Amino acid sequence: MTDHVMKSGLTLAAIAAICTALVATTYQGTKARIAANEQAWLEQSLEPALAGVFFEGSVTESKLVIPTPHELPGRDDVIVYRVFAEAQPVAALFAVTAPDGYAGPIRILLGATYDGVVTGIRILEHRETPGLGDKIVSSRSNWVFQFDGHSLDNPELTGWALKRDGGQFDQLTGASITPRAVINAMRETLLYFAAHRDEIFSQAANGDDE
Amino acid sequence: MSEGSFVERLQTGLWADNPGLVQLLGLCPLLAVTTTFVNGLGLGIATLFVLTFSNILVSATRRWIQHDIRIPVYVLIIASLVTCIELIFKAWFPSLDRSLGIFIPLIVTNCAIVARAEVFASRNSVMSSFADGIGMGIGFTVLLVTIGFVRELVGQGSILSRMDMLVGGDAMSGLVLVDGGWLLAVLPPGAFFCLALAVAAKSAIDRRRLLARHAKMPRRLRQSPHG
Repeated sequence: MTDHVMKSGLTLAAIAAICTALVATTYQGTKARIAANEQAWLEQSLEPALAGVFFEGSVTESKLVIPTPHELPGRDDVIVYRVFAEAQPVAALFAVTAPDGYAGPIRILLGATYDGVVTGIRILEHRETPGLGDKIVSSRSNWVFQFDGHSLDNPELTGWALKRDGGQFDQLTGASITPRAVINAMRETLLYFAAHRDEIFSQAANGDDE
Repeated sequence: MSEGSFVERLQTGLWADNPGLVQLLGLCPLLAVTTTFVNGLGLGIATLFVLTFSNILVSATRRWIQHDIRIPVYVLIIASLVTCIELIFKAWFPSLDRSLGIFIPLIVTNCAIVARAEVFASRNSVMSSFADGIGMGIGFTVLLVTIGFVRELVGQGSILSRMDMLVGGDAMSGLVLVDGGWLLAVLPPGAFFCLALAVAAKSAIDRRRLLARHAKMPRRLRQSPHG
């Protein structure tokens, strides 16, 4: 009996080790390409999240990485793109992570003018439920567009929540955790931006773009 | 289930025992992603890959795996293969990966794969398990692209749109016949209608063949085609 259990356990362990090796090898082989694709996708999403902002040059020029630990949402480094016109700061784009999505973290790109008015939000990466939570994606529904033009004064801070939580913004039928995670991350990011605005725009670019 | 030749196994998977049409397995991804041809093809290829390799691995290890731990072993093998294919899609077909979203990782739960591991690969040689994986995988893919093609044509009025997600390059709109279409086709009910039509078409063809064969038989050997 114990022999039998022992043998089964060892077989399982051996199979698990082989499978782990297989996944690890694939991960190593694809890591660089996946990172490059994610960066390309982020850069592609930048301009759509800057609706109505006049700017000069390339949006990717002035990249700032805010390493952990930081007061922004999520446990990843936050990437900020500073946008200028005539050498004056006009807007900033934050790539932040909402840590508390329904099925894991949600990567969000938030664009806001220098004064903190939202110019656009895009979901970069998520694993939310198809048909319910995935309506946060701009291609699946208009949900993300309702934030455009709003800022921390409009509505008041307490209004930055779903209607069912006493706030101002529409929920999604069948999903409450997903939109709540997105709104919370947005609010935190806007608060951080308001508090650290000058600091963000005065720092030298430290993104690793050549 | 008999071993059969390579060609026989392919035919079984493609037609006689098609995982989608006959076994009605893996319907969740089948119904969810087949809004366009390219989505169906992408998920079909991913499933084909996982199915073939899981069949090979399950068959190759079948002599060492004790009966009572076989299911955890299948789950381990299938989950690892799906993780690998997900990484490969993220690296080489990023826009297709975004379009298919969660359905790539959800291949783990496609019961067609674990069903082939249990019913076929764990009892047959590596070679015929490989053939079974290819046959079943292609059978599933053909069904996915057929439904995707029809839903895209009826629902959006286009043929082969966004093939760039698979072959790379600039965004391709495909062949646009009319702008917009019958929206119901791309919505979930359209998926059920298309699947129902496909199953009905297969039954009709099978019945016609059976009747034709029946007519050629000597009278004393004839049986009712309904029997």
